[in-house]
This record gives sequence, structure tokens and C-alpha cells, in this order.
Amino acid sequence: MTFLPNIIFGLILVAGIGFFVRNIQRLRRNIKLGVDIPIEGPSKQRWANMARIALGQSKMVRRPISGLLHIIVYLGFIIINIEVLEIVIDGLFGTHRIFSSIGSIYGILIGTFEILALLVFISVIFFWTRRNVIRLKRFMSPEMKGWPKQDANLIIYFEIILMGLFITMNATDVQFQAMGSGNVISGFIAPLFEGLPLHAIERTAWWLHIIGILIFLNYLYYSKHLHILLAFPNTYFGSLKPNGHLNNIESVTNEVKLMMDPDTDPYAVSEDGAEVPEKFGVSDVFDLNRIQLLNAYTCTECGRCTSECPANQTGKKLSPRKIMMDTRDRLQEVAKNIETNKGKFISDGKQLLGNYVSNEEIWACTSCNACVEACPVSINPLSIILDLRRYLVMEQSAAPVELNNMMTNIENNGAPWPYNQMDRLNWNKE
Amino acid sequence: MKEALKVPTIAELQAQGISPEVLFWVGCAGSFDDRAKKITKALVKIMHSAKVSFAVLGTEESCTGDPAKRAGNEFLFQMQAVTNIEVMNLYKVKKIVTACPHCFNTIKNEYPSLGGRYEVVHHTQFLKSLLEDGRLTIEGGQFRGKRITFHDPCYLGRANNIYEAPRELIKKLDAQLVEMKKSRRNGLCCGAGGAQMFKDAEPGNKDINIERTEQALETKPDIIAAGCPFCNTMMTDGVKNKAEGQVKVKDVAEMIAEAKDL
Ligand code: SF4
Ligand code: SF4
Repeated sequence: MTFLPNIIFGLILVAGIGFFVRNIQRLRRNIKLGVDIPIEGPSKQRWANMARIALGQSKMVRRPISGLLHIIVYLGFIIINIEVLEIVIDGLFGTHRIFSSIGSIYGILIGTFEILALLVFISVIFFWTRRNVIRLKRFMSPEMKGWPKQDANLIIYFEIILMGLFITMNATDVQFQAMGSGNVISGFIAPLFEGLPLHAIERTAWWLHIIGILIFLNYLYYSKHLHILLAFPNTYFGSLKPNGHLNNIESVTNEVKLMMDPDTDPYAVSEDGAEVPEKFGVSDVFDLNRIQLLNAYTCTECGRCTSECPANQTGKKLSPRKIMMDTRDRLQEVAKNIETNKGKFISDGKQLLGNYVSNEEIWACTSCNACVEACPVSINPLSIILDLRRYLVMEQSAAPVELNNMMTNIENNGAPWPYNQMDRLNWNKE
Repeated sequence: MKEALKVPTIAELQAQGISPEVLFWVGCAGSFDDRAKKITKALVKIMHSAKVSFAVLGTEESCTGDPAKRAGNEFLFQMQAVTNIEVMNLYKVKKIVTACPHCFNTIKNEYPSLGGRYEVVHHTQFLKSLLEDGRLTIEGGQFRGKRITFHDPCYLGRANNIYEAPRELIKKLDAQLVEMKKSRRNGLCCGAGGAQMFKDAEPGNKDINIERTEQALETKPDIIAAGCPFCNTMMTDGVKNKAEGQVKVKDVAEMIAEAKDL
């Protein structure tokens, strides 16, 4: 009988981790629906980017207040989780605070956790206030209504509760309080519990804390909070080229070369046959590349991109954050479809373009790269926008009339305006 | 009709056995747009005064394809690119200078994988290097002490991380460089990029160029400096709306040429 709690703990742990592994596998499967593209550039530079941008939070601090608060929560998250290791060992082996035997360092460690827990607590209250009381503009956009808003608040409540449970668990732990070291915060809370059944409260807080962590871990897949894991690979895979670089579509290059080369027979079938793809540009998530899909899962819906977007600032419908959210939503819809249809996607007559992102949004973009520059985790909404344009123009000839005129001019006169190429040097005579 | 500027084409020079130090890529705006032509001429005058051996492609130049590419027409872009690359490779072009950040970005970043590998510099970088080599001197002239704010072109700044060259040139004019709240990597677009120049804006509550012009006017400038023919047009239009006659929009090259009385 005495082993019952250990067994229950073990089962909960296995279930929690098992579900988490399944979620990660789903995530991999979904991302792999995208097109595989070569990862160019030295990996050394990629690791450096990850260290600087994800680990070092270098882009977060460009907005000092939210940057600082975020660093607190981030450090708290990483450091306090060392405690989880002790909880797991205690839970499995029926020990109590197994690490306390290491002596005074233990007090310093737990003391640090407690201080961080308090700071995290305060920071997330700030976060909550910015979203719900101050109502910062970038959290109030149309795409933030409903689930995205709830998601953000849920995460905050999770964190408040987890931190609260951690402190409560320490405050009601008689042995720990008696040690008189490390209880830098909980020592002040402990008197509040005087006269109450301390052991029962301590146990409850302990169990709820670890169960809460496991639930939170499995909540990630359904939430924008995935960034706590994906920010790392995402910054690793971020482009090393200048922002201004836009890829040249290779299949187009092949066709153009064929067209321009007088020696080739335009009607000859190319050797490997499969050169001509079915489709140019992107109309659904399957056409996006894997990095773009990873981007969508990494997006934390902070809206820094949208708040810098010139189109959005001047009242246009375009919001780069919404582009990322739409991509993710569509990908999740496709994933569900695959799951209900036993591993096969059965067409639902929907696609990213049109059902999620409208032409009006796509055509409002100035390709200014402000969104790319603003994103703290190296997401590139612009690349998706331009890929959608490519589909509209090359597959559907659905460019706005003025753009069609511009392109006809380029084709005929070598300039976007109706001037003759032969007049190109006339300026020097005027 | 004024006396024609001496602008050799690369074909003429090569017929004489001369290979110029640099090819001046004029671009469509620089060739055809009335406002941008002035920038083109200013740059030509400066290059003459610095004794730069340069040439243009003239009628052999064609749109880089940037607006087509950003509008989604990769076919048209690559047709343009491959044609231009063929011409430039035929002339064994090594170094290119251009006053258009869009041409600059496209030739520098997107031509190489299509076979066009050149050293490409924006004219502000080029002028800065002439200055450093002692080939060009910059005087303040009528710009001495003037309040000048620089509007970062997206395709020079965020797209290619060039923020300082134009600013250093402006400072050499003994002018007072004042920064907008949104500048360098935070700079706001003028609204022309991504082929927007060629179409009406989507419905909204303001034009982007007006928003940007207001930000520029907040610095109480005498001159709004630009480094891109499209930004120049957008900001000029914005100023017409807001502060006609009080504030001028000028390219960095124009200011340098005017200060030298070229
Ligand atoms: S690149 Fe497009 S979406 Fe991104 S900030 Fe600029 S206008 Fe907005
Ligand atoms: S794309 Fe980046 S900046 Fe934009 S909302 Fe997502 S995480 Fe934030």
C-alpha cells in the first residue's frame, strides 16, 4: 500500500510525457507536410543566431519593458524547472526533498527559485494587465479576438497558479521551513497557514504543481505558447541571407533557360521528366516550405510585426501576425483532417488562400521587411505573402489591373512605364 | 535644349578598348521619371568631377525585374534578369553602382544565382568610398547648418543593412542631421515598395507616404533626404500635401552636386 503514491506518480508522469511525445510527433508530421528545402549557409552562424536571438533574447529587449519582463519569465521558467527534477525523483522513490542533503547550497538554490517565482508572478501580472486593463493596441487587433485572447490569458493563469503552488508547497513544508534557509519568500507566507493541516496542504500543492506542469506541457501543442520550444529551432533555421533577398524559383529558372536558349528544342521532354512542377507559388499549406510551417508554429502572436507594418498602421486589412496565425490554423485544420481520415488528407475544398488569407491582404504589402525585422524569433511573414502573390499571378493571372499593365510594360518596353527602351538614354540630352 | 552631359555607353568605350571602372546602372526611374532623372544627372556630374571612369548600358539596359518579382511574376522577373545578365556578362562588367535601392538589391542578391555575379554598390556607398579615397571632396555650400532628416529606403536599410553611408555623406555637408523617431531599422516604408508604386492602395484610413511625411516633418527639417527615386516621389507627394514650399525632398547625390555647384 505504501507504494501506491509512487505508482500513481509514475503513471501520471508516463502519461504526461507520453502525450507530449505524441504531440511532438504530430508537430513533426505536420511540418513535414511542407516542401523540403535545402538549408543553406554555415551551421556555425546558425548556432550563433540561435544563441543570440533565442537563448540571448537579443531582439526581445528592443522593446525594453516587455523585453525585461519576458527575460524574467524566461529565466524563471528555465531555472525553476531544475526543481522539477527533484519533484520527479521524490515522486518516484517516495523521498522528500532528496537534494536537501547537499547542504547549504540547497538553501541557496531554493531561495533563488523562490525569488524568481515571485518575480515571474509579478511579471505575468503585468502581462495580464497589459492585455486586459491597459489593452495595448497590438493585443486588440481583430485577429486577437476569441481563442487567441483566451489562449494568452490561460497561459498567464497557468503561470500564476504554478508559481503560487510552488510557494505554497514550500510555505507549508514544516521540515523545509525549519531548515531556515532558502525560504526567503515562503517564510513570509508560512504564518498565513498557521493552524491549518499543513501536511495535507503541502501534499496537495505538491501534486497539483507537478500535474499542472504536465498539463501545461501538453497544452503547448494547442497554443501559441509552443514558442518556448520552437524559438530555438526557428532561430537556427532563420535565413542567413540579407532580408532583401527573395528566392529565385528554380523550376522557373529551368523554363526560362529553355526559352532563352536557341539550341534547345522547346518541345523536347526534359530528361528527368518531373522538372515542371504542378504549381507555381503557394495556395495552401502543402505548398509552403517546412521552415515557413515551423515559423507558423513558432509565432507567439506578440504582434510586434503588425505594429511595425506600414500597411496595418494606415488601416489596411493586412496584418503579418494574422498571416502567421492563418497559416497555423489552416495547418491544424489539415492535421485534424489527416487524423480523422486515418493518416490521409481528404480534400475539404478549402485552402490557405481565400479561405483564410484574402487577396486584399496580400496586395497591401509593400515588402518593406519591417515585420521580419521586428519579429523576436526570426519569423518571416513576408515570404508567405509573396509566395501567395506568386500563385495569384502565375497560376490565376489575378493581379490587380494596374499591376498587369506594369508587367505588360516591362515585357514590351523593359520598363514598368510605357516608354520605349530605345529612349532610355534620352535623359542626358534634356 | 541644354548641352548634353557626357555619358559614355559601355559599348562605345569597349569599341575604344576602354573598360570602365564601374557600370552606372541607371534604372527605369532614373531613366524615365522626371524627378529621378535629376538624381541621375547629379550623380553623373559628381562622377565626372571625381574623374571616375564609368559607363552606362544605355538602350541595352532593361528593367531589373524587381517590380515584377515583388508582384509575384517570377517568370517575367527571370526573363528580365537573364537578359540583363547576358548583356552585362558580355561586357565583362565587374562593378556596378546604382542610385536605386531596388535595382541594387535585386542585382546584388538575386542575380548571382542566375549567373550574374558583380560587386554592386549603392551610390551613397560609392560616393563615400570616393570621399575616403580622396577623389571626392564634399562642401557644405548652401546646406551648411541646414536641418536635414534622412528617410531610410527599405531596400537599402532593412533589406541590406546599409544605414550609415548616406548619413556620413549628409554630415559632410556640415548639415545638422536630425533623426526621425522611426529611423534606421525601425524606419517606416514610404509606401512604394513591393510594386505598390504602380497600383492604388488597398482601402485604409491613410496613405503610407502621408504617415511617413508627417513623421519626417516632426523633426522640423529644412530638407528631407532620400536615397531612392521611389521614396523621393512618395515623400515629394507627401510634402506637397503637407508643407508645400517649406520643405524640400532631395537625394543625397543632388545635395552633394548642388553644394559643389556642379
Ligand atoms: S513586409 Fe509587408 S507585411 Fe511585412 S511589415 Fe512590410 S508591408 Fe507589412
Ligand atoms: S510573427 Fe513574430 S513578431 Fe509577429 S506575432 Fe508572430 S512572433 Fe510576434
